[in-house]
Amino acid sequence: MTINPSAGRWTGRSVPRVEDAALLSGRARFVDDLPTAAGTLYAAIVRSPHGHADIRSIDVADAMKSAGVAAVVTGDDIRRLTRSMTVGVKADVECWPIATDRVRYVGEPVAVVVAADRYLAEDAAEKVAVDYAVLPAVVEPVAALSGDAPVLHPSLGGNLINERRFSYGDPDGAFASAAHRIGIDVTYPRNSCTPIETYGVVASYDPGEDAYDILANFQGPFSIHAVVARALNVPGNRMRLRTPPSSGGSYGIKQGVFPYMILMGVAARIAGRPVKWIEDRLEHLAASVSATNRVTRLEAAVEPDGRITALSWDQIEDCGAHLRAPEPATLYRMHGNMTGAYAIDNLAIRNRVVLTNKTPTGLNRGFGGPQIYFPLERLMQRIARELGLDPLAVIRRNLVPAGSFPYRTASGALLDSGDYQAALDRAVEEGGLDELTRRRDEARAEGRLYGIGLAAVVEPSVSNMGYITTVLTPGQRANAGPKNGAQATATIAIDPLGAVSVKVASVPQGQGHRTVLSQVVADGLGLDPAAIAVVADVDTGRDAWSIASGNYSSRFAPAVAGAAKLAADRLRAKLAEVAAGQLNVAAADVDFSGGRALSRSNPDNSVSFARVAAAAHWAPGTLPGSVDQTIRETVFWTPEQLDAPNAEDEVNSSLCHGFIFDFCGVEIDRRTGEVRIDRYVTMHDCGTILHPAMVDGQVRGGFAQALGAALLEEFAYGADGSFRSGTLADYLIPTVMEVPDPVILHYESPSPFTPLGAKGVGEGNCMSTPACIANAVADAIGADDLVLPLSPSRIAGLLAGEEPQPKVTPKPAEKAAPGGGRKLTGEGSADVAASREDVWRMLLDPATLSAIIPGSHGVEKVSDTRFTADVTLGVGPVKGRYKADIELSDLDEPNGVTLTGRTVGALGSGEGSGRVTLEDLGGGRTRIAYSYEAAIGGKVASVGGRLLDGAARVVIGQFFKALATHAGGGRAGAGNMPGAGLFARLRALIGGGR
Amino acid sequence: MAKLSREASHEVRFRLNGRNVTAQAPARMLLTDLLRHVLGETGTHVGCEHGVCGACTVQLDGEPVRACLMLAAQAEGADIRTVEGLELAPGALSPLQAAFREHFALQCGFCTAGILMSLDALLERAPDASEETIREHLSGHLCRCTGYTPIVKAALAAQAQLKEEAANA
Repeated sequence: MTINPSAGRWTGRSVPRVEDAALLSGRARFVDDLPTAAGTLYAAIVRSPHGHADIRSIDVADAMKSAGVAAVVTGDDIRRLTRSMTVGVKADVECWPIATDRVRYVGEPVAVVVAADRYLAEDAAEKVAVDYAVLPAVVEPVAALSGDAPVLHPSLGGNLINERRFSYGDPDGAFASAAHRIGIDVTYPRNSCTPIETYGVVASYDPGEDAYDILANFQGPFSIHAVVARALNVPGNRMRLRTPPSSGGSYGIKQGVFPYMILMGVAARIAGRPVKWIEDRLEHLAASVSATNRVTRLEAAVEPDGRITALSWDQIEDCGAHLRAPEPATLYRMHGNMTGAYAIDNLAIRNRVVLTNKTPTGLNRGFGGPQIYFPLERLMQRIARELGLDPLAVIRRNLVPAGSFPYRTASGALLDSGDYQAALDRAVEEGGLDELTRRRDEARAEGRLYGIGLAAVVEPSVSNMGYITTVLTPGQRANAGPKNGAQATATIAIDPLGAVSVKVASVPQGQGHRTVLSQVVADGLGLDPAAIAVVADVDTGRDAWSIASGNYSSRFAPAVAGAAKLAADRLRAKLAEVAAGQLNVAAADVDFSGGRALSRSNPDNSVSFARVAAAAHWAPGTLPGSVDQTIRETVFWTPEQLDAPNAEDEVNSSLCHGFIFDFCGVEIDRRTGEVRIDRYVTMHDCGTILHPAMVDGQVRGGFAQALGAALLEEFAYGADGSFRSGTLADYLIPTVMEVPDPVILHYESPSPFTPLGAKGVGEGNCMSTPACIANAVADAIGADDLVLPLSPSRIAGLLAGEEPQPKVTPKPAEKAAPGGGRKLTGEGSADVAASREDVWRMLLDPATLSAIIPGSHGVEKVSDTRFTADVTLGVGPVKGRYKADIELSDLDEPNGVTLTGRTVGALGSGEGSGRVTLEDLGGGRTRIAYSYEAAIGGKVASVGGRLLDGAARVVIGQFFKALATHAGGGRAGAGNMPGAGLFARLRALIGGGR
Repeated sequence: MAKLSREASHEVRFRLNGRNVTAQAPARMLLTDLLRHVLGETGTHVGCEHGVCGACTVQLDGEPVRACLMLAAQAEGADIRTVEGLELAPGALSPLQAAFREHFALQCGFCTAGILMSLDALLERAPDASEETIREHLSGHLCRCTGYTPIVKAALAAQAQLKEEAANA
């Protein structure tokens, strides 16, 4: 569709972005680029290697002695100087930004080391000795609900932190009388939109005023400011929060930086200096923030023609180890539109929120949308399949009827505008659905696997700040007082030379807010956008802001740009009165255009904008009595449609509701299971489009992230809570090779509720695309149950079906590693030029071992059968120092010995045992043979298996080479030598190490 | 090269964006930290510190390299070019940079510096590179904002512009 901007208006045109010149030439300023005060210290964070463990003790003495260290902050300090962070439900549970007595997820902060520079801080972090008592972990939300599951927070008595049931209309009656009851079970995985810039915080504390000053690449919502100030135990006006001018992407994720504001604030207070912390990528993947994973049972009451009369949701939401603000918002953000794009009057919802040994969750693009649209749109396809109907016909049959807007949904959302049927028809025609169907027919005729998927989605934007209180009962809400609205603010200022500045509290992370605001205000005041300067970063000490400020829920175009328009309108009305006096005409006759104020009836009668605009500075006495000033206009705008949830739990959870209809054709490689997108069509109705290229940019970007969620990305955990997606080589983000260019179509139904008619557009594809692709895959391979991400191995598994039974009974499967960590086994041998007796002595001699173990910092003999070793071990990017405890048993001198060991280090833990035998080869030569099995957990376990095995082979080889050299020649490396980083060190004592 | 000691800082001399620089760097300092925090050239960004995301890509003797996987000391004697060296003159974008702006090939701009350095090196070395080759080179970079299509378009547009300029030169 071609979009024709209104003639003479800047809004609606794809003007070049004002942000780009700086970003393209290295002049933009991100959080790590800003100057810091002299003497600023740097923080490194010691994090838990365990998914669940009690902290017996933390010994910081060695770390404090380390070069350049100013302070080591632990949970005790945080408890002493702050309060627990606010939890959004009524529950007896505390929420701290650092572990206090127990760690509950891999990556949870345990200590903050503050030193003169980051290198020194990391050196010292390795010297913080934490003694953990490992506890059983629970990582699956359904398992977390079982009576015998390990409990994360004993004060809660279980892992269920909140449960609510809702009923709208008469769902029971509708199900009882329905012709069909069709359901679907969905396990939605964890993922994150992972910005390329990680978190960054610079904090300082002034003891004279008991005030914190915190710079962070935080994105909002600024309701979190209240959470941080309360936690730091200061009034809001003693917690000045500033954001940098540029932020390297967020997609919701940088909301989650706030616990680090508290940590760094306290670190600065203790150290007596400003403290800076820049998160590294490993920290970011393991412990920043993740979208929620969710287990859902969704059922529909369906008539024979495909009409749905009721939906019943049973959702189990996994918020990770702590319920961190604003959670459980992910579960309630969509509460008003749980019926999607469909007119369904009867609705039942059961919502449970559980805690598991995983990273706490938070904002992530799509926020709650992917988790509901995947079940809902997969169910629409399932209904079509079970009833033998065309999936498109089932969607059409249920869409909210044209002409019924604003439309009130069963659970209370007010769908503002749209014509879903018209948008869908246009998408089908312009996107070429018929052609895709032909391509499918042709492909199938040739025996290829080709499928078509559909998805219809309502995309909410401008969140009602009160929707989260739907998690409370009406009685609890009445006690707490109503919460609602979505205050947006914009300030326009005019300086003494008549130049216009715009200030908003929107904190963009790449969306081009400054460009769009210059267009909007240029239109309002008849100026060139280039003449307008826009500041979009925030300083809570100086700027206008409120709790809804920030950049989330796609609120910029509908709310923030709208507020700027209102401010421009207000200023324009005043300036018209000023100009009327100068031009000697009526105010109604004044127009602003081309940088001048002029008479509409006699355009030759004009005066420069600057002359009118500056009058309030230079000659306030000349202003008409009706005009106070034209120097600065601040508008706060909150839409009246955003009421608090009512006593029936109905809530208009968002102001705007865009419409999306997607379809795609995919082909699946029968051999590899790889999914190839043949064509992807995405139709968007986001109301009035303010900048077409940016809207398409939002669509493409969201689509690419959703494609990753559909096909590649997952935060995977072992059963022991170990984190298995710890690097960007393990957590796969789509590259240019994987992302096709979607066909983007538009249909514009302006929102009647926003000043510019615009709605949000940034999150829709994160909601629609995973379901659309999964529907296509299901269509291609005839599968019913699909779990994301649809990796080749997963699809190949579905294609292959059950493995045929082997003719020969295989060896019994090896039991899982203790606690569910990564299991490693290996065996090998090496020949050395020494007698068995000599080798035996060498292997049991601490001094010899210490000399030949790569990376050894010393081996100590505790008793004849017990040793401790201290080694540095590195696999790929994961390098750490370990303490190992090794016990010898079954000593059969000089023939063999069994070793059993345990180790704990900053990066992980492990245990294992191995048997070493010495064989006399004659001629003073000995063959050392070994076999072992070991299990590792923690960060080391998150390193890819190929890396681990390869590194272990190298490490073991190094040990034997050193042993052979030490024994006086010989040859190492006979046999295969797979193994583990962990065991390498175990192996240290007898054959292995580093 | 002199043997470096673990504790001491060492002098590193190299060319940076056409001028000679001398800096003190501890032996273990990464090149990214030297560029950003010692020399103040913060246009080179750090996204993963394990060589996957490509944000830190700079040109070393004309070849794109990951500055996060290099030690500062390895820059000794090299000719290094960063995003700060791309503009034709202050405020005058190069054809590649201008094409990025024209095609909306960036949003947050954090990954952009690395992408520009890879593409600039490619278009210098292989002015006729095919779209497939351009994509292959871009596949060493992660961008979370744009979905890549506008980046490919910008690269092709810049290539056409550069070829036209070369033909008219």
